[in-house]
Amino acid sequence: MTIIIYLIPVALGLGLLGLGAFLWSVATDQYDDLDGAAHRILMDDDTPLPQRSNLSE
Amino acid sequence: MTANASAPGCPSGLAPATSSLAGDFSAFVREKKGMKSLTLSVRGAKCGGCLSKIESKLNDVSGVQHARMNLSNGKLKVAWTGPTTADRIAKTVSDLGYGVSAFSEDRSAQAAKSEERDLLISMGVAAFALANVMLLSVSVWGGHGEMGEQTRTALHGISGLIALPVLIFSGRHFFKSAFAALRHGHANMDVPISLALILAFGVSVWETATGGEHAYFDASIMLLCFLLIGRFLDARLRRQTQAAAHELAALQNRSLNRINPDGHAEAIRADEVEKGDRILLATGERAVVDLKVTRGMSGIDESMVSGESLPRTIGIGETVYAGSLNLDHPLTGEALGPASDSLLSQIADMLEAGEQKRARYRQIADKAVSLYVPFVHTTAALAFVAWLLMGASVHQAVLIAVSTLIITCPCALALAAPVAQVVASGTLFKKGIFLRSGDALERFAEIDHLVLDKTGTLTLGTPRLISAHGAEIDLAAQLARASRHPLSRAIVETAGPGSVAEDIQEHAGLGVEGSINGQSYRLGSAEWVGVDEPVSQMGPSLWFAGPEMDPVLFQFEDQLQSDARDTLEALKQSGLGLEILSGDREEAVSKIADTLAIDTWHAQVSPTGKADRLEALSASGKKVLMVGDGLNDAGALALAHASLAPGGAMDVSQSASDAVYSGGLGALRTVLSVSTRTKRVMLQNFGLAAAYNCIAVPIAVTGHVTPLVAAIAMSASSLIVTLNALRIKGDRT
Repeated sequence: MTIIIYLIPVALGLGLLGLGAFLWSVATDQYDDLDGAAHRILMDDDTPLPQRSNLSE
Repeated sequence: MTANASAPGCPSGLAPATSSLAGDFSAFVREKKGMKSLTLSVRGAKCGGCLSKIESKLNDVSGVQHARMNLSNGKLKVAWTGPTTADRIAKTVSDLGYGVSAFSEDRSAQAAKSEERDLLISMGVAAFALANVMLLSVSVWGGHGEMGEQTRTALHGISGLIALPVLIFSGRHFFKSAFAALRHGHANMDVPISLALILAFGVSVWETATGGEHAYFDASIMLLCFLLIGRFLDARLRRQTQAAAHELAALQNRSLNRINPDGHAEAIRADEVEKGDRILLATGERAVVDLKVTRGMSGIDESMVSGESLPRTIGIGETVYAGSLNLDHPLTGEALGPASDSLLSQIADMLEAGEQKRARYRQIADKAVSLYVPFVHTTAALAFVAWLLMGASVHQAVLIAVSTLIITCPCALALAAPVAQVVASGTLFKKGIFLRSGDALERFAEIDHLVLDKTGTLTLGTPRLISAHGAEIDLAAQLARASRHPLSRAIVETAGPGSVAEDIQEHAGLGVEGSINGQSYRLGSAEWVGVDEPVSQMGPSLWFAGPEMDPVLFQFEDQLQSDARDTLEALKQSGLGLEILSGDREEAVSKIADTLAIDTWHAQVSPTGKADRLEALSASGKKVLMVGDGLNDAGALALAHASLAPGGAMDVSQSASDAVYSGGLGALRTVLSVSTRTKRVMLQNFGLAAAYNCIAVPIAVTGHVTPLVAAIAMSASSLIVTLNALRIKGDRT
């Protein structure tokens, strides 16, 4: 059973890693716009070429 | 998504297209190392299509480095370099069909935001601790009977070490509030919560120290985590509500043109205006402060201020009230006071009075808590005394009292209302209705009387041409295209796009004059055009005359919303009292009332008159739902038991309402049905929480609660309440 001496700290460490990621995501405002994020993933990053040519109006 | 990009406004049709542009934005630009940034508040953006439309269009503007919009609160941040002006940025968005105003965050909003963030972090920390403590607890439960005492004590010890800092960090919200309440000599919901948390932890430490079999670290952390979820949802909903106060501030964020003594016009923020300043009110601009006109003469659209559907001509010496729109000629005027003294601010005071009244509203949740707190304390105390009298040891009696406190924990109670409100507001949002306060749902469900404004609420608010003409309309439209007068607009709308006459001159209060093919034509009032016919009582009209033709009469009508009749009929059937309260002329109101078969109507009611009527109705015991869009409705909206404003309403009226809807009046039925359903679900949830306690309390009092039973009972009750709330989403309208 001595293995739990290692396993418990490992489990806690993984948990802390998750907690750290959560705190980071809160600190960087990632929960501010849940509706926007849902739509943003569907948006095209690239636009058709013809539109680009009249960019410089 | 790009297919609809050319149509103005929301491509999904969730909000009407607007293009209100609030003055000069250069006063709100912040500059840092050559990078200019501006935060705008965008109205009418509701879907992903809006998001991509706005952002991509802005990225096409030369010099723009970064444009990002928050779809949840409509905040748009733009950063750019180079000569592009702030107005160009704002105009780009407003040209797409969205309302734009400058955004600045006030202190209370920042405080609410940081409170919400604190709760979210506390919730995350508690969830982390819960997962890890549970991991250890499950091993203890699983090894029941086989695990050695030393191993068990070690696992309990580690659980305690995890729980202690988390309890202090995440539990501080409850401890602080409970302490503050106790110091003032009364108890709130946080008192039994704090007591349960501290006692559960204390007893567990004792058990661990004496090598006992049961430790309640997991139960206390689980209690904490569930409670924080409820608290967080509540804070988030409340912060969305506070955006209401925000939009009022956004209106004050408008800028205007001051003419300095040297004759130069300068863009200043509304809060910089002082009494006596000379202000230039350009054509198409909305007044921000009350002005006394010193130069110029122009038609003024006061529909937002008084509800009057036709423009009024204003000359030197007369007053232009804040909120009126200048239609045809630039005006110069003297500010009658700072923006804080304007009619707008008086209405803001009315709003405040209404909000205070609403703050006194007792929600179902408050009532439940006031029953719950004494019940739990008495039960726990009785259990303690009873077990002592029956000869149990102090240790055993304390353990039973604590487990009673834990298991009757208000988890389900804390989640019952917020979860239902969050689900309901999400459901309404998807139907184009934006809820401004969570408790409004309860108030909507209690409505028994409906008061409606006419212009812009029952009607479209813009006149439509009702008399048909052939060739004349094309000629008249050539003149009308140069005018901002609502009647000219109506002609243009019927005629469609086309050419514009030459040498156009607009005469305030009279009409438009111009030449087509070298011949002079006039469009305007009867006398001015040269017609002797008596003024018709049919409603607003225009005459059009020119050489070699008989004068032609154009008649207009403010049309009803297409679904007004069906909606009101259905609402009447459901037993609601209906009433129209309008600032417009008597004949206009009576006509609409006749068409809709509404018996009670009041015309030419002043803003204070509307507020008085609402007071009178509520004094007679009626629970009134007010629906209105104008500045003149704002006071009444704030005073009503519950209120609704259409998406095209003045920002102030939107702020004064409990919810803002887009689309037609059909939204009224949606709001009422969803809120009735929500109230029912909330009552069910409290019923479920009570039922749960009826089962749990006997188990606890008789001393049969182990940490395992507590964990299962607590999560099960919270889960049932949450699942029940999700039923609100179901489509049964």
